[in-house]
Amino acid sequence: MQGAFDEAGERGLTEFLPGDEGELRDIVAAAAGERQPLEVIGAGSKRALGRPLQLPHSLVLSRFSGIVAYEPSELVLTAKAATPLALLEAALGENNQMLAFEPPAWGRLLDGADSGGAGGGQTVGGILACNLSGPRRFKAGAARDHFLGFRAVSGRGEVFKAGGKVVKNVTGYDLCKLMAGSYGTLAVLSEVTVKVLPRPEKTRTVLIFGPDAERAVAAMTAALAAPHEVSGAAYLPAGLARRSAVSYVAAGGTSVVALRLEGPAPSVLARASALRGELAEFGAGEELHGRNSAVFWREIADAAPFAIDGKRALWRVSLPPALAPALLRQVTAGSDVEYLLDWGGGLAWLAVAGAADGGAGAIRAALAGRGHATLIRAPAALRLAVAVFEPPAPGLAALTARVKAGFDPYGVLNPGRMYPPQG
Amino acid sequence: MRMPEPDAGVLARRAEIAAALRRIVPGEGVIADADELRAYESDGLTAYRQAPMLAVLPETVDQVSRILRYCHDHRVKIVPRGAGTSLSGGALPLADGVLLGMGKFNRILELDFANRCAVVQPGVTNLGISNAVAHAGFYYAPDPSSQIACTIGGNVAENSGGVHCLKYGLTTNNVLGLEMVLIDGTVLRLGGKALDAGGYDLLGVMIGSEGLLGVVTEVTVRILRRPAAARALLIGFPSNESAGDCVAAIIAAGIIPGGMEMMDKPAIAAAEAFVKAGYPLDVEALLIVELDGPQAECDHLIERVREIATAHGASSLRASRSEEERLAFWAGRKAAFPAVGRISPDYYCMDGTIPRARLPEVLARMREMSVRYGLRVANVFHAGDGNLHPLILYDANEPGELERAEAFGADILRLCVEVGGVLTGEHGVGVEKRDLMPAMFDETDLAHQQRLKCAFDPDGLLNPGKVFPQLHRCAELGRMHIHRGALPHPELPRF
Repeated sequence: MQGAFDEAGERGLTEFLPGDEGELRDIVAAAAGERQPLEVIGAGSKRALGRPLQLPHSLVLSRFSGIVAYEPSELVLTAKAATPLALLEAALGENNQMLAFEPPAWGRLLDGADSGGAGGGQTVGGILACNLSGPRRFKAGAARDHFLGFRAVSGRGEVFKAGGKVVKNVTGYDLCKLMAGSYGTLAVLSEVTVKVLPRPEKTRTVLIFGPDAERAVAAMTAALAAPHEVSGAAYLPAGLARRSAVSYVAAGGTSVVALRLEGPAPSVLARASALRGELAEFGAGEELHGRNSAVFWREIADAAPFAIDGKRALWRVSLPPALAPALLRQVTAGSDVEYLLDWGGGLAWLAVAGAADGGAGAIRAALAGRGHATLIRAPAALRLAVAVFEPPAPGLAALTARVKAGFDPYGVLNPGRMYPPQG
Repeated sequence: MRMPEPDAGVLARRAEIAAALRRIVPGEGVIADADELRAYESDGLTAYRQAPMLAVLPETVDQVSRILRYCHDHRVKIVPRGAGTSLSGGALPLADGVLLGMGKFNRILELDFANRCAVVQPGVTNLGISNAVAHAGFYYAPDPSSQIACTIGGNVAENSGGVHCLKYGLTTNNVLGLEMVLIDGTVLRLGGKALDAGGYDLLGVMIGSEGLLGVVTEVTVRILRRPAAARALLIGFPSNESAGDCVAAIIAAGIIPGGMEMMDKPAIAAAEAFVKAGYPLDVEALLIVELDGPQAECDHLIERVREIATAHGASSLRASRSEEERLAFWAGRKAAFPAVGRISPDYYCMDGTIPRARLPEVLARMREMSVRYGLRVANVFHAGDGNLHPLILYDANEPGELERAEAFGADILRLCVEVGGVLTGEHGVGVEKRDLMPAMFDETDLAHQQRLKCAFDPDGLLNPGKVFPQLHRCAELGRMHIHRGALPHPELPRF
């Protein structure tokens, strides 16, 4: 254990740096034994996400790095949990594969730091623990849908595993789903296995300029009801379109709907042509080719248009797609709100200025339980004052607390990260 | 297979329990007659039979809630059941338990094409959902072989798959929301028409939980636009190795077929004898590769797969030129189980998943076991995702053959785990693979799974005797064996 930890800082701050699973277990077990909470950190790129933690002790997983096994033809990759996502995506890229859920990189969004390109500055365990997915989510599934198995240390200080290392498995409860989106509050992941998929050979993006939100959602709904396997469907109002690094999008000077088609070349070309024809009434015409498509969808995944004005409270709202126009009308009426839509209308990003509660009340009132709103970016004080995650109904809140108690009975793993600590 | 010892105290209260349930579900909704109860004594795993103490067939969520609360308050075990097509004994009743039949929850509540989803009751059949949305060009993607009979509630409990799940996912990837009832009667909603969870993904946890966590009373599923076209290739190979290599090469080339099925020689012979699908009989392995999607994509990919197959030594190859021909290719595969049923009085269907690269080795060792156990085995295989379905042929009327078939099956599943795979790819653990769980999970792994169970059902009243080889009391699982002064690694800094 010599050298397994560093004394960091002078105010009794301790940073634990376990080197293997045994050390990780011992640290968490000791923390549980002494009821000392730990902040769990991979690369630290999402420390500003969730309710703020002010804990004297942190558990840094950076030494859990490296790909353990990767068999491209099995569509499976196993890596230590704090493997940099960029490293993992580079290995996949060499084999023309990818994480199909299109992990977003929010480094610039959250703290203004350059995220260093796709997946930069974050770990595979972090993206899974927060269940963050990009524009392909509605077609290819979320991070949780590609999470096949893991090894972890629960808040009880015990090493356990779940799932498997094959793409199809129903043996036992699906604890991968439980870990995905639990923000490190139940267990510390030490190793993860993910499903990987072939990278599409070709990408085209069909653009529709000028629609308002209602018309945009109608166009996206028509596109997604067609058999053309659209894998991205986003809407940017004029003000946000202007911020795009893709000149075709910015120079339009108006709002834009973007519809992505991916696959083998002959298929993409045929579908793009068919889709333009079917959406002629909406004014579909221009197309982005491969490189511009890649830049544009990276911007959507990373919510890049919102990175330039860090003062606005930024919400990510998952909702039934057809509800989007009504929600936007309600939330933007008389308020200073910037927005963009992704997932064909099923995801609304809302950047709210000038509301004391960051817009929490108005957004959740408009949602009325039909979806969930997460406060992605706001000053720490606001993230303490309002519910960052959608408040669960009472029965669900009680069940959530029982699940937390089962895996972390003394509340030592990221306590308060998702909900105010109990008691 | 040992089930938990029936509780004599509960059995003695049978009449009282029946009366209480009749107050909740009036009329003919409570079944206590021994002959009528026999209808529920088994599910798709017919080797195991046990009539329930009572059966109750509720019609409303309120009734389900009150039944569960009654059972909770009076410590009565409950086994939920959909259509009873489980292949792992997931709906096997308990002698001292109430069977909760969800068949009357058979209404489609809402078709919401704008949000690309359907809201249905759990007793609606899998195919019933696809049929209900077909007029608009939509379908529900997971397609287990039993889809004409199995219910969506059962699919949720078992996380059912089907031949198209490599491309379109299992149940868990296609369900958006649930309404469910906890054992104490609490009605919860998880998810809805929006994607992902706002907190812990308990929807994801419920799916595949085999009826041990709660009773589902409403399901919101994602519906997809039906692919514009589908074409299939029927490819014969002189060896399992070359077929397996071809599958790996197709995927390595970046192609994810809608379906990719493999059959070994005994399965081909049985299927061809039964349905005359035109399968070649002079091959060791047969692949059906289906490409679906836009017409241009199908036509393009079918040529690429044809090239890959030829390069891997295919000895016969046909591409479907019409929908009739495509369906004919599938007819033999879809009839594989009944076809095997024709050549053997009984068969036992296994369901392990393996890393695909280990297929030739696994098939070879299975042949050795077949000789050792003196039982024939035919293999059908979801080749794309490595999910094996060995069918062990036996005769239940021959003394000892069922036991030999079970031992053979257990050896196959241990082999799957040994080569890096898992015990079950889509049929579930149920009672069938319960005692094999330690082959894959150690005690700490299983204890963590059971702590989840404890959060939902602390008294273990929902479907006990399934999934977990040993029942632990939740109080025992909750204990922590860490104490001040007795910490490992005393050299660690104190907090």
